[in-house]
Amino acid sequence: MNGVHDLGGTDGLGPVAVEKDEPVWHSEWEKAAFALFATNFRAGLFNVDMFRYGIEQMHPADYLLSPYYEHWMHTAEHYAVKAGVIDPAELDEKTQYYLDHPDEPLPDRTDPELLAFVDAAVKGGAPARRDSDAEPAFRVGDQVTVTVDSPLEHTRKARYIRGRSGVVEHAHGTFIYPDSAGNGRGEDPKHVYTVKFTNAELWGDEHAEPNGAVYFDVWEPYLVPSEGAKA
Amino acid sequence: MTSSEVTPSPTVTLPRSEAEIAARMKALEALMIDKGIMTTEAVDRLAEIYENEVGPQLGASVVAKAWTDPEFKARLLANATQACAELDIGGLQGEDMVAVENTDTVHNVVTCTLCSCYPWPVLGLPPNWYKEPAYRSRIVREPRAMLREDFGYDVPDSVEIRVWDSSAELRYMVLPQRPAGTESMSEAELAELVTRDAMIGVAPVRA
Repeated sequence: MNGVHDLGGTDGLGPVAVEKDEPVWHSEWEKAAFALFATNFRAGLFNVDMFRYGIEQMHPADYLLSPYYEHWMHTAEHYAVKAGVIDPAELDEKTQYYLDHPDEPLPDRTDPELLAFVDAAVKGGAPARRDSDAEPAFRVGDQVTVTVDSPLEHTRKARYIRGRSGVVEHAHGTFIYPDSAGNGRGEDPKHVYTVKFTNAELWGDEHAEPNGAVYFDVWEPYLVPSEGAKA
Repeated sequence: MTSSEVTPSPTVTLPRSEAEIAARMKALEALMIDKGIMTTEAVDRLAEIYENEVGPQLGASVVAKAWTDPEFKARLLANATQACAELDIGGLQGEDMVAVENTDTVHNVVTCTLCSCYPWPVLGLPPNWYKEPAYRSRIVREPRAMLREDFGYDVPDSVEIRVWDSSAELRYMVLPQRPAGTESMSEAELAELVTRDAMIGVAPVRA
């Protein structure tokens, strides 16, 4: 979807605010929002691509103004409601309850298997690489162009590379395809390539910084063969 | 399929106050605990891992080893996931890692314009600025100007800048240049010099 999350090349968003000696956590609620990524993934409520798509469906104003981990809270809430695991009215009621009684404790429950899962997931990860019999359509050194189609749902085809041409620098094999998995339609593995786009190709001769390029990881269905890009 | 069918019309709900966010998160957590999906001990354990165990000190040890062991460096640049595994470093959000090397003629910088992808096993969780719109929007468009203006890092025009936009499931870390004057330092001493920002590519390593 052409959402506000697709920020590459957007102008006017101001200087970077670097926080000196930034802590990992700024508040307690961030820890729980972070943990939702692991616990609700384990519960089968989303995969990583759906998780991203849930964030992309925030209102643009909310997306730009809210603290980062509120995005995570939003997407976890989105899918828990969608799956019928929680009732939005109940969530609103409970929110009001904790606003009125901020020191009330959380329910007590232990789950050794969940605790073991947490350590195993951090250490072992959740690889997105998948086997596929599909032959790669492109090789390192090939000239390629990104198609200009604008998918309405989740995609990793950023707007700033659409219609642009570049050179395949690396071929990485096959991975879960976000345009399928992120939209709840299965893994459908596709080849991934790192494509080099020169600054001039992306931003035009007049406005591009000299002597530079962006390397973008592109799924094969986004690409067609091309005649060549700006050097 | 039309856009109104796939994208629910969201309404503006924010900004919420810190107290409102905390209460909503607590309510969501309470419901997840009731449903048997979450526990407070799982939250505490995850928070502890990324606060005390997995962080940029791990990436720094990889960089220091690459500076002192040419064969390891070659393996790191060929397959960062396997090379890091030799040091028992790897896992979530680093299942397929790539190390890109800074040289006298090439400077690398990492971003994720679409979300916040970052190599957790070597750098831990990203700082806020990495995840916020200002960095993600401009670093692909004007990296040289941004490094100079926002990070005080002047990359000479003669040095090519390569921006790695982590748009798939590959996770990038920068192998910075070893600073001059460190020839007598041990691997452990070198690791102390290597910062998170140097491994993102927004700062040099300074002796």
